[in-house]
Amino acid sequence: MLLSVENLSVSYGKIRALQGINFNIDEGEIVSIIGANGAGKSTTLRAISRMVPVEPGTKMIYQDQDLLTYTADKVVSRLGISHVPEGRRLFGNLTVMENLQLATFARKDRDKIQADLKRVFEIFPRLDERREQKSGTLSGGEQQMLAIGRAFMSGRKIMLLDEPSMGLAPLLMLNVFEALKEINREDATTILLVEQNARLALQFARRGYVLESGNLVLEGSSNELLENPEVKKAYLGG
Amino acid sequence: MSSGGSFTDLLQFIFMGLQRGSIYAMVAMGFNMIYNSTGIINLAQGEFVVLGGLMMVSLTMSANISLPLAFVITVFFVTIVGILMERFTINPVKPPTVMRLIIITVAVSILLKGSAMCFWGKESHYMKHFSGTEPFEIMGATILPQTLWIFGILIIIVAAFIYFFNFTMTGKSMRACSINRDAARLAGINDRKMVMLSFALSAGIGAIAGIIVTPIIQMDYSRGALLGIKGFGAAVVGGLGNSIGAVVAGLLVGILEALGGGYISSHYMDAFALLILLIVLFIRPSGIFGSREASRLKEF
Ligand SMILES: Nc1ncnc2c1ncn2[C@@H]1O[C@H](COP(=O)(O)OP(=O)(O)OP(=O)(O)O)[C@@H](O)[C@H]1O
Ligand SMILES: [Mg+2]
Repeated sequence: MLLSVENLSVSYGKIRALQGINFNIDEGEIVSIIGANGAGKSTTLRAISRMVPVEPGTKMIYQDQDLLTYTADKVVSRLGISHVPEGRRLFGNLTVMENLQLATFARKDRDKIQADLKRVFEIFPRLDERREQKSGTLSGGEQQMLAIGRAFMSGRKIMLLDEPSMGLAPLLMLNVFEALKEINREDATTILLVEQNARLALQFARRGYVLESGNLVLEGSSNELLENPEVKKAYLGG
Repeated sequence: MSSGGSFTDLLQFIFMGLQRGSIYAMVAMGFNMIYNSTGIINLAQGEFVVLGGLMMVSLTMSANISLPLAFVITVFFVTIVGILMERFTINPVKPPTVMRLIIITVAVSILLKGSAMCFWGKESHYMKHFSGTEPFEIMGATILPQTLWIFGILIIIVAAFIYFFNFTMTGKSMRACSINRDAARLAGINDRKMVMLSFALSAGIGAIAGIIVTPIIQMDYSRGALLGIKGFGAAVVGGLGNSIGAVVAGLLVGILEALGGGYISSHYMDAFALLILLIVLFIRPSGIFGSREASRLKEF
């Protein structure tokens, strides 16, 4: 098992966003967590990348290591867990190239950086053409590509993706998901995806979880979930 | 010097203003560095300048250490003070709200000032100019060699600064942290280390400012507050967080102050800087070169 999460609880002040959820991911898998607005999807990813504090009693084990002993930057630089956040969070004043380079700041394997950079431009040729462009001026889809590229550069044992489909036109969305599939297949990257777009997420992932108001209420293979009447009703539009 | 309206007088005031302004510019750069990494104003900034000056005095005048070596030792020492300040007073604060941190910097400034008084006493300390006091003459106006040192060092610092923030990974990482701290952490950048580095650099710049200005103003333990306020004025006028703006504004404040002192009243010279600060804040709260970034100060 690559990552196992037990009894994960997170509170923002009085609001309890996650109420003790359990899930796990094997190496090489693509797993999705689907849920409505405010279900706690982003919070789940933020907890794994250590961007929010978790409640006592939470256990997160990553490759036999206690994730809770790592700070946010070390989760990325030491463990290779990269998080593509909601809203992408690029460094708008910096160029595409600078954004990618910054992600390698703490990497120890400096000799592999060039090859990885080449790979990012191979996966996303549109970024290659825009190396020197300020990232703030990229289109939404290009920004999403750059955010994924940045995660790729910072370490990519596992990528946590927060609604990568958000704000993208259907064609571009397919592009991005194709690229993610390729990264999963060719670059040995495990993927945990959270999405409101349940159909897309379940077509993309092999198995999934359903998150409702801070609780995981269902889990199963994507096919099972796609056929599940409750899921159909609540998330797939009938 | 007669106080006619002659060109020579004007030039003389401008030289003087540039000299004072260079120091404000350096103090302002120090403010900005910490502001960019933490969102706070470090009210102990002026104390770094004082420490730099006084330490340099002791090393060169009492211990007879050569100028370049004393320069390096002093900058190193004050940089360590900046690092210790961050490690022991800023880093442990949880949660690090802006108001709390600023109050801590006030406490640190009182502590540093008190220590300086215990160690160096209350008197002003004289220090030899770097290369004599034989002034150069330019179109009738005179300029001290020390003033040229000050300009020269300011230029070097600005160049180093531009290089550091635009062409080195560490500099870019610091910028990344100030653009978006969360995103920087997600990119694997150790944001806390960057905060520490910003304290180190701003203490270092403060020390350099103190070292080069001491031969002219004769340092004493209590100078930090006024130097700090004027540097802060320059930082605000230049647009908080904008370091090139700070340099331009620092020089501008220095020149306006010198002109005010020369043509209006030298008694109120120190007040002119504050007056400029108030006017700018009134007309353009984000500073002359500032963008909406400065509105972050609303966190107060
Ligand atoms: N910084 C915060 N402060 C307070 N409450 C928060 C914060 N972030 C999230 N919450 C609350 O926690 C709950 C879960 O939020 P989260 O962002 O994880 O939901 P989500 O499933 O990602 O929703 P969406 O699909 O809209 O992105 C929500 O009720 C939200 O209001
Ligand atoms: Mg979300």
